[in-house]
This record gives sequence, structure tokens and C-alpha cells, in this order.
Amino acid sequence: MSDSANSLYSTQKPESAFVRWVNQWGSAVVDGITTIGDMTLFSWQMLKWLFTRLPCRGTVLVNFYQVGALSLPVVALTGTFIGMVLAVQSYAQFHAIGLDSRLGAVINSTLVKELGPVLAATMLAGRVGGAMAAVLGTMRVTEQIDALTAMGADPIHYLVVPRFLACILLIPSLTIMADFMGIVGGYFYSVIILGIDHAAYLNHSRDGVTGFDLFSGIFKSVFFGSTIAIVSCYRGFNCEPGAEGVGKAATTAFVYSFVLILAVDLFLTIVMNSIYYTIYPNGSSFL
Amino acid sequence: MNDVSASDDGDEISEVGHSEEGAVETQNSIDEKPLIEARDVSVVFADQVILQDIELQITRGQTLAIIGESGCGKTVFMKTLVGLVQPTWGEIFFDGEGLHHMGYSELTQTRRRFGFVFQNAALFDSMSVFENVAFPLRQSEVVSEAVVDERVMQHLAEVGLPRNVAYKRPAELSGGMRKRVGLARALILKPEVVVYDEPTTGLDPIMSDVINELILDTRRRYPVTSVVVTHDMHTARKVADRVLMFYPRARLNKNESQILFDGPPSSLEHAEDRRVRQFVRGEAGERLTELAHGLSG
Repeated sequence: MSDSANSLYSTQKPESAFVRWVNQWGSAVVDGITTIGDMTLFSWQMLKWLFTRLPCRGTVLVNFYQVGALSLPVVALTGTFIGMVLAVQSYAQFHAIGLDSRLGAVINSTLVKELGPVLAATMLAGRVGGAMAAVLGTMRVTEQIDALTAMGADPIHYLVVPRFLACILLIPSLTIMADFMGIVGGYFYSVIILGIDHAAYLNHSRDGVTGFDLFSGIFKSVFFGSTIAIVSCYRGFNCEPGAEGVGKAATTAFVYSFVLILAVDLFLTIVMNSIYYTIYPNGSSFL
Repeated sequence: MNDVSASDDGDEISEVGHSEEGAVETQNSIDEKPLIEARDVSVVFADQVILQDIELQITRGQTLAIIGESGCGKTVFMKTLVGLVQPTWGEIFFDGEGLHHMGYSELTQTRRRFGFVFQNAALFDSMSVFENVAFPLRQSEVVSEAVVDERVMQHLAEVGLPRNVAYKRPAELSGGMRKRVGLARALILKPEVVVYDEPTTGLDPIMSDVINELILDTRRRYPVTSVVVTHDMHTARKVADRVLMFYPRARLNKNESQILFDGPPSSLEHAEDRRVRQFVRGEAGERLTELAHGLSG
């Protein structure tokens, strides 16, 4: 047997449990830092293209249709149900203290500030983010991304920029749709099913939501959209080989997007609240 | 051209002249400036050395076949030539220019001088055959749709595909048709170098020969330099005028060259190195013993 074959037989000293533990944690930390660095470079390249040369209209429109038009029904439907669920959950407590008519203020404020944007983003991450990672992952596995590069086209410019644009430009509309349908759902359940007075409900609803709340929700949604696009495209571009790799890319794209959406939401909510109380030191009147 | 081959005991590297034909070619190669040159190219993925110190010159008009068993680094080397994989060490020069010195736009322009036929064709699923073949043209030149239409149909006809195929999706095509569409797409910009990654893998013998004939036909029709990565010996013998054999780095001794054979296809059968003859004849040899010991990679 050759030397190289013999070398494969060479015995290694077994590692202690502690060394294995340090190795595992060390490599996990290094992997984490590498991924963050990689993703930052990926985002930087995407932003460079975004500000230097936009992709052609045909490519952008296809993605707008996929992200916007096809997501609209599911976002509207979930928004409606969430509005109704909020009414069901809150009614008992409000009824007990005789504040039934104020239900609208709570439902609308919750929807416009938090649930609308987060719900629209979650639906987008599930419906579009997973699909983006799966499509790009399949393109990576079947060498289509290499083919683009070999033909002198930049894959980030051709594949990522249109998806990023579609996500950040259309998520505000989807958020508005989720807000609106949630409000309609909440109104329907409260007024039609629970029998709360129509005029009082609407009157308090109007007081419960300020223009700043609406702006804050829509503003946050743009960051959610960019998070979904970057995370999903990055996972697709760095997909491991095989069907399992594509499946893993799609799953991790959704999970990472969802976790990051909530983290970004917390951070932006703190920032937006600080701005709000700087502009309106006495707070606004709701409830 | 010389046969750089390791002796049977695997310790020494010997350089053996092949034939008169090979010697004449060597002289010509020295006279000509190489179109593609790899200098001490090494590629390491994670801790795995895929390629180590590869030295290679490819002259204009040559058809080079790179053979070797799966996992020996053929495809990685081919992707390194086009800049799809960055060498960990070493440099690739194209027409005297180092790829590593090139800026983004220069590298993009250089890549357009290559035509790349991928192993599974790598056709874009979301586009029709017509759009696939037209893609490089639309990306690189401002041309009218009439010109695009004419050139796409001309290239599809050259690879023997009827007009009605143009409006089909890649998923509707057979393996052979996909490869031919891939070839048409690679040739549409009239590249100086065409790189084929396992062009006959997964095809029946007749379709394999059709692809081989198309490679030869392309060479006759256009003044191209071709690099064909294959483990199909029939393809290597039929289309190439020079053959390189790569060997997996992990199976070599420290000082052995990863290129076990560099010469004309006619010399393959009589190569000095036992491992080359073994590969050409398709003999498992000592691998069976290794399998028994659970060593085969």
C-alpha cells in the first residue's frame, strides 16, 4: 500500500470532552462571525448595484408581481382574522369594566403599530422569503448562478436587486392592506357580532390611532422587507448542495427572517417611541 | 509535449518524451504565446486541498481534454480558468493579463470571451430556450430584436435543433437537447475559448457522439480554443489534441505533481505511469483492496 494510503491509517489521540466542547463552541462563534461578515459584504454589493445601475424593467416587474400581487390575498385574509381575534380576546375584559365602545381604539392601535407590519412581514417571509431562498438555492445547485457569472452578468445585480426592490417597495402597501383588513375585521366582529354601538366604536377608533402610529408601522415595514430580501437571497446564494441543501436554505431563510424581524421591530419601536416622546412630550390621547 | 508522469512506485516524478508528434507540438507551443496560463495554482476549500501547484499553458486553437477520476479537481480547475473560483495561491493569465489584476468590468469583458458549457447545461428554468440562448447577447450588446432572433435561430440550427424548440422550457427537453441548447448559448457571442464541463455525461452513446461531433464542428467553424473536462475516454480521444490527467491530491505523495499525464491522446495507452493506464483502461486495481479496508474516497 502506498504512503498516502498508509497515512490514512495513522491513529490520532482521542480528544477530551472539554476540548470537543471548546472546538464546537469555537467553530460556532467563528461561523457566526463569518456569516455576519459575509452577509454585510453581500448587502454592500447589493446596495452598490442599487445606487449605480438598476436592473431592467422586465426583471423588476416579474418580482413585483410575485412579491406584491400574489401576496395580497393572503395578507388581507390574515389581517381580517387577526382583527376579529383581537375583538374576541379583548371583549370580555372591556365589557366587564363597561368600556365596550373603546374596543376599536385598542384593536386599531395594536394593528397599526405592531400586528399589521409584523403580520405582513411574517407572511411575506413565509410566502416569498422561503420561495426566494429555494429558487436561488436551486439556481446555485444547478450552476445557473455560475452560468450568469460566466456570461458576464452579475448574479447580485440580476437576481438580488429586483427582489430587494420588490420587497422594500411593496411591503408598505401590504402593511396598509393588513392594517385596513384588520380594522375591518375588528369592526365587523365588534359591531355586527358583538353588537357594540357603531358610532361610539368608530368615534373611539379614530381617537386611538394617530398619524405617527400609522407612519411608524409603515416605516418599520420597509426595514422588515429589506431584512427578508437580504436574508432570503443570502441563504439561497449560499445554499448547500442537493435537495436537502435547498430545503435547509428555505427553512433557515424563514426562521432567520422571522427572528430578525422581531429583533428589528424591538429596536425600531424603542427608537420610534423616543422620537415620538421627543416630538410630543405629553404623549397622545388614546383610551 | 512531455508526459509528466510519476513512476510506478509513486515516489519520483519523471519527464518522458512521448513521440515525435508530441515533440513537434512542444516546439510550436514554446514559439506561441499561451492564451491561457496557470501559474502555481492551488485551490483549498476549508481544509481540503483540491488543487496544488498546477502549472499549465494552453495555446490558441488547441483542444485540451482534462481527464481524471471524480473529485480530482477537474471542474474546479476549469472554473478557476474563468474566474468562477479564485485560486487560493497562484495566478491565472488570459491573453497575458492576470485575472487577479482585473477590475470588475475588465473581468466581465474577459468572461465574455469564454463560452461555458456546463455539465447539466445550467439553463435558466424561468426562461424559454430562445431567451436562454439570447441571454448572453442581450447582456453584452445593444442589438435589435430582429438580430437577436436571427442569431438565436442560426445557433439553434447549428446544433441541430428545430425552430419549435426555441419556445419550449428547458424542463421539456431531453438531456441531449439541453446540452445542445447549452452549446448554442455558449457559442452565441463567438467566444475565443469554449469550456465544456463533462459534455457527454448522462447521455446515451449516440447522443454522446453527436455532442463530440458538435465539438469538432465548432472547432472547424470557429477559430476556438477548447477545454473539455471529461472522464469519457472516447470523447478525450476523439476531440482533443492534448490530454491532461489530474489525480486527486489526497491520493498523491507530498512531492508528486497532480498532473500525471500531459500529452497527445495517442500516448495515453502507453503512458509511463501505471495510474494513467489504469484510468484509461477503466481498471479498479488497488481500489478494490482499499474498498475492503474502507479507505476509498
